This record gives sequence, structure tokens and C-alpha cells, in this order.
Amino acid sequence: MDWSLIFKAVLALGGLAIVFGVLLAVASVKFHVEIDPRVDEVLDALVGSNCGACGFPGCLPAAEAVVKGKAPVDVCVAGGKAVAEAVAKIMGVEVTVTERGVAHVHCRGGLSESIPNAIYQGIDSCAAAEKIAGGGKACKYGCLGLGTCKAVCPVNAIIIDEDHRRVVNRDKCTGCGLCVEACPRHLIEIVPRKQIILVKCSSKDKGSVAKKICTVSCIACKKCEKVCKYDAIHVRKNRAWIDYDKCTQCGKCVEVCPTTAVVKVTAIRERKSREKASESTPAPV
Amino acid sequence: MAGFISSAKRYFLTKGGVHPRQNKRTASIMVFPGPNPEQVIIPLVQHTGAPCEPLVEVGDRVLVGQKIGDSDAYVSAPVHSSVSGEVAGIISHPHPTGKDVLSIQIVSDGLNELSPEVIPPGDPFQISPEEVRKFIRDAGIVGLGGAAFPTHVKLAPPAEKPIRTLIINGAECEPYLTADHRLMIERGKDIVRGALIIKHVVGAEEVIIAIESNKRDAVQRMREAGQKDGMHIAVLPTRYPMGAEKTLIRTLTGREVPSGGLPSDVGVVVNNVGTAAAIADLFEKGAPLIERIVTVCGDGVAGNANLRIKIGTMARDVIEFCGGYVGGRGKLIFGGPMMGLAQYSDRVPVVKGTSGILVLRRENLFIKEPAHFTCIRCGRCVRYCPMNLMPYALGMYADSGIWDKLEQFNVNDCIECGCCAYVCPTKNPLVQLMKVGKEGLAKRKKKLEEFEHSFSEEESVG
Repeated sequence: MDWSLIFKAVLALGGLAIVFGVLLAVASVKFHVEIDPRVDEVLDALVGSNCGACGFPGCLPAAEAVVKGKAPVDVCVAGGKAVAEAVAKIMGVEVTVTERGVAHVHCRGGLSESIPNAIYQGIDSCAAAEKIAGGGKACKYGCLGLGTCKAVCPVNAIIIDEDHRRVVNRDKCTGCGLCVEACPRHLIEIVPRKQIILVKCSSKDKGSVAKKICTVSCIACKKCEKVCKYDAIHVRKNRAWIDYDKCTQCGKCVEVCPTTAVVKVTAIRERKSREKASESTPAPV
Repeated sequence: MAGFISSAKRYFLTKGGVHPRQNKRTASIMVFPGPNPEQVIIPLVQHTGAPCEPLVEVGDRVLVGQKIGDSDAYVSAPVHSSVSGEVAGIISHPHPTGKDVLSIQIVSDGLNELSPEVIPPGDPFQISPEEVRKFIRDAGIVGLGGAAFPTHVKLAPPAEKPIRTLIINGAECEPYLTADHRLMIERGKDIVRGALIIKHVVGAEEVIIAIESNKRDAVQRMREAGQKDGMHIAVLPTRYPMGAEKTLIRTLTGREVPSGGLPSDVGVVVNNVGTAAAIADLFEKGAPLIERIVTVCGDGVAGNANLRIKIGTMARDVIEFCGGYVGGRGKLIFGGPMMGLAQYSDRVPVVKGTSGILVLRRENLFIKEPAHFTCIRCGRCVRYCPMNLMPYALGMYADSGIWDKLEQFNVNDCIECGCCAYVCPTKNPLVQLMKVGKEGLAKRKKKLEEFEHSFSEEESVG
């Protein structure tokens, strides 16, 4: 065995390592780029789902913009109040975070309420169904229930059950508005978080027409308008509209609505416990 | 021998395409007049382009051939009343495309009194092409092949693009449909006369009448009719979509229409045989486009026939006229089975672009629940695409909204012929995905333009 060969190899490679090491050390000093350490901190504080709801291509550009002062500290739409406060703490500023609204789908009709007029065979996407003669639903204004909004929601706040009924989880929803843009029928609106009395119909059809194709549609009977003491609910374009500034959440309109098109939003926990209760007690025959 | 070589060459010039079962059951039945409806609903949008404005009011009495809707826009065509009677309403009514459009409802008095507006415009060869185009526009003539593109626009190619070849399209590659086939057999002379008028308008050097090889009798008749006038009758290989404009041009002339271009870019104008016959009718009788031949076919309707149907007749009336529904009601399609539009109601009027009404039984349908796109990468769609596209890739990109890639892979060159969806072993609705992709791309482009516009404004202010 010739030990000198091994010795030479070690010497050559070791020498190269030292040369490159020195080069790298020099380069790291010479070409050092000053990065604001706060970028990393802000990035950690953000949600990190790269949803794009803030208008930046992702979380990193958003963090950079915040540090450069080009974006407000409450830039993260999906993160809401908690994230905004964390970012403000890193940036060392005080912010009064304006509370964002919450998404609301202006349609209540699932498969069992709103009758279909055709069998839709196609892609599982509302935008695609809208392109093919508006899907299978008889109502031209109602929710198609194929889940385009659910697909874009960065925080999984929209739930669609087997009956194509939509539920927005208010605890999760951050009011980013991505679903508003995605809905091909423009049914989703960002409403104030405190608002719990809402109209769940967008039908522009006359009452007689709407009643035939959906059991829970607004039929523009104006009962809610008459019962409201605060001038907060009005019927325009064959459906009821609530003025969120005037509404006091008294719930009178919910009581009088003959088709339950005006609803009172309940927390998911309450809903679940109520459903459980109704399941355990046998329904009256 | 020369004929053999050219048809052999044509066979190799075609690319892609499929061979669906033809089901041309009505090919040997004569065209006869359709129902005389009690009321017609005439949509104000029956063509590609700007919608018409109604020219009549509720309660007015209208006559056959009277203009009831027109528009100031260039790419548009007026609509005419197909019956005489009273205007009962101007309503929003379902249209074969699936949307509700403004339509004129006319209750017929059964007299079919002809309007004094209907007078033959005179010899088309004595007047200038511009005047001929004006007459064609006023008669509301649009492409009767299905897309309903206003004919006067098609016949006015830009001056810098001289037209060498005029192709009269009698391919009729869609299964079931035989309306053009019967037209060629019964009215060959009219088609030739219409072709000569179009030739005069566009200044073409040669006229080719293209017919698929499965219509030997039509080839014979057109040869007899066109011999004297120097028409060239070309026999095409039978293959779907042979009648598509771009495929037809490539097969007959070997010229390729550039991506995003028009046939006039390669010196060609393509017109359907029905359009040619309608133009001949206009200059002979002065008749505007108020009726068309529609093939009523399928196993779900009692009688299969070719009918001359007044525009605005409800599909329900037509089906009743043919003996009504048979078996479980399945699918009602306006057009052929490959490119036709499925309807959710039979209260839809026949429009200028309706070449067929197809009724299929429920028992014979394949029904697939809405599902997400599942591709097994077999590549069949690529092999059969007549436009050299990659439908599976376009489908994936459209499904996941990758618009840049859609543009890069030329989604806008898709002619929506449906070959890809026809051959797909996993039954993916590829054509629907193409439509979604095209719309999404257009939206995206618009948004980007707006964004850039606002950006440049900001710059200029700053």
C-alpha cells in the first residue's frame, strides 16, 4: 500500500477546501446584503398560507412591504386582529385594528328547497356550470352549490353539505373577500360582523315565479318592511334588503317572513346542539 | 386518376378527428313544411354580435317578412317576423344558448299575409358588391351552419386580403343532421346561384363546393347543377369535424389559417350551402331569412324528418308536429350531438342557427355526476384533436386556473368540436373546461389591462 497517494489526495482536497473557505469568507464579508431582521419576524407572524388576499403575491412580499412601510400592519386579511397586533408589536407601532366584516351567502336554497330543471353533468365548479346555461338549478339567481367559494377560501370557513347548503363559519371567516370575487353569481357579500339578521335570497324573479321554483325564496311580500320599526328593511327589485346601519337586530322580520328568507344567524355550536336534540327526540308524526 | 390522387392527398391533409356513428336516418326523406305555430317567440339575438332593438310595440300588427328588430352595430343582423299576427309581448325568454334574451312574442292569425316590404331587389350582378351586401344585411342573413355569424360581415374581407377561393360548405359532418344534405339534393341550382352571387361579391377566382364522401347522391346532384358554371365539387373524407371552417380550408387548399386569424388571411371565404340558398332566395323572391330547414331526429321523437320551420317556433310545437315524445324523456339538443346545446326546456324557440333538434331517450343516456377533472394521461385527446392542441393539458390548466399556461398552449385556437371529450376514456368534460379556460383567460387579460392602465395613470400623476 502506497500511503503517499492517500496523503497527496488529502493534501489536495484539504488545500482546495481551505482556498474555497477563504474565498467564501471574503465574499460573505464583501458582498454582504443588509436584510432587515424584522422581515423574517413579520413573516413568522403572518398566516403563511400565501393566499394573496392582501394583494401581494405571497406572504414574503407582504412582509417586505410592511417593513418598508409600504403596507399597513393589518395587511394580512386572512390573519385578522391577532396577526395585525403581532405585526404591530414587531414594528413597534400602535394600531387600532378595524374589525373586518364576515362573508354572507345571499341564498338559502339547497337541493331540497330549490328545484332543479335539469341534471347538471360537468365539472364540479360553479364557474363552469354557469357557463353551461347556468347549471341545473331552476333559479337563475341562486347558489349553484358546487363550491367555487369553498375552494378559494384560505381559512376553510365555508362549509357545503351534501344538500348543497352553505354555512359560513363566522369564527374562522376573516372577511378577506376572495369568495366575493370568485362567486360567478355575485351572491356573497361582506357584512358587518355584528349583523346577525340577514336576507338569504337574491332572486330578482317576481314572487309568484320565485315561489314555484324555491320554497325559501324571498317573494317580495313586504311583510318585513311593514313590521320593521326602524325603517331598516326594504323590498327593492323583488327582494328584501337590510340597511345594516339602521338595523337593531330585533328579529321581528325573521318572525314574520313567510318563506324564512330572512334569517337570524346562529353560532355553529348552538346549531349543532339543536340538531342533536332534534335527532334524539323522535319527530312528531 | 387525378380525382383519386387529390382525394388521397386530402385524406392525408386531415389531422385528428373521429368517426362517430352517423345515424343519418333522415337522409332519404324529402323536406316538407313544418308546423304553422299559433304563436312564435323571436329572440332579438340570433346571431354573433350586437343584439337588436325592437322596432315594433305590443299590440302592433306585423306581417310575414316585416322587420321587427334591428341594430346600428356593424356586426349584427336584423330579425324579421315569420308569421302575420299581433305582437303579444316583448319579453325575456329562454334562448337555445341557455340565457334569457329579449324576444318578441307574436300571436299568429293563421293568414301568413306577406309584407309589402318583401320585394326582389333585382339582378345582383348588375349592382355593386356594397349594395349586394346591404341587401343581404337587410334580409337578416347569417351563417346557417350553426355559428350564425352575420353574412354581410363575412362577405366584406379587408381590402388588403384578396380572396382567391370561395368554399361552399356542404360537409355536414355532425351525426344525425341531414338538413344540408337534403338541401343539396333538392335545391342544387339555388345553391349554385347563391354561390355565384357570393363569388361576385368577394371577387373570388374559384368556387369549391365541399361535400363529404358519405353523400354520393348530393355529390352527383351538385355536379350536375354546377357543371355549367365551372364549380369544382370536392369530395372530402368522411370524418368529424370535416365541416369546421379551419379543418375544411386545410383539407381543401393545404393552407393553414394562422392562430387567432380568419380564413380571409389565407384568401378564403367559407359559406354554408344553406346560406348560399338563402342568398339565392333573397335575390329571386326578396324573401328575408324567416325560415330554415331543421332536422328533427333521435330515438326520443316519434317521427324523424327534415322540416322547413319558421324562425321562432317552439321546440315543443315542432316535436308535437313530429308525433311527440317516445320513451323516457332524456335529452333535447339544439344542433347535432357533438356540438349541439342541451336544453332544459322545450319552450325554446328555433333560431337562425338551429340546424337540428335532437331528442334522445333517457334509457340510452350516460349520466355522470359532477366530478373533478381526472386525467389518466393516455394522450388520446392529443391524437384526435383536429387543431393540434393538447386538450388534457388545457383541461388541467383551466381546472386549476393557470391562465398563463392556457395562453401559451393556445386555448383560443380550440374550435370546441368535442373530439377530445368524445374519445376520453375517463369521460372528462373537456369542452366545458375549454370554455371555462377561454372565458377565464379573457377575464384575466381584461383585469391585467385595467391594472396596467391604473398603474400608468399613477405614474403620470406622480
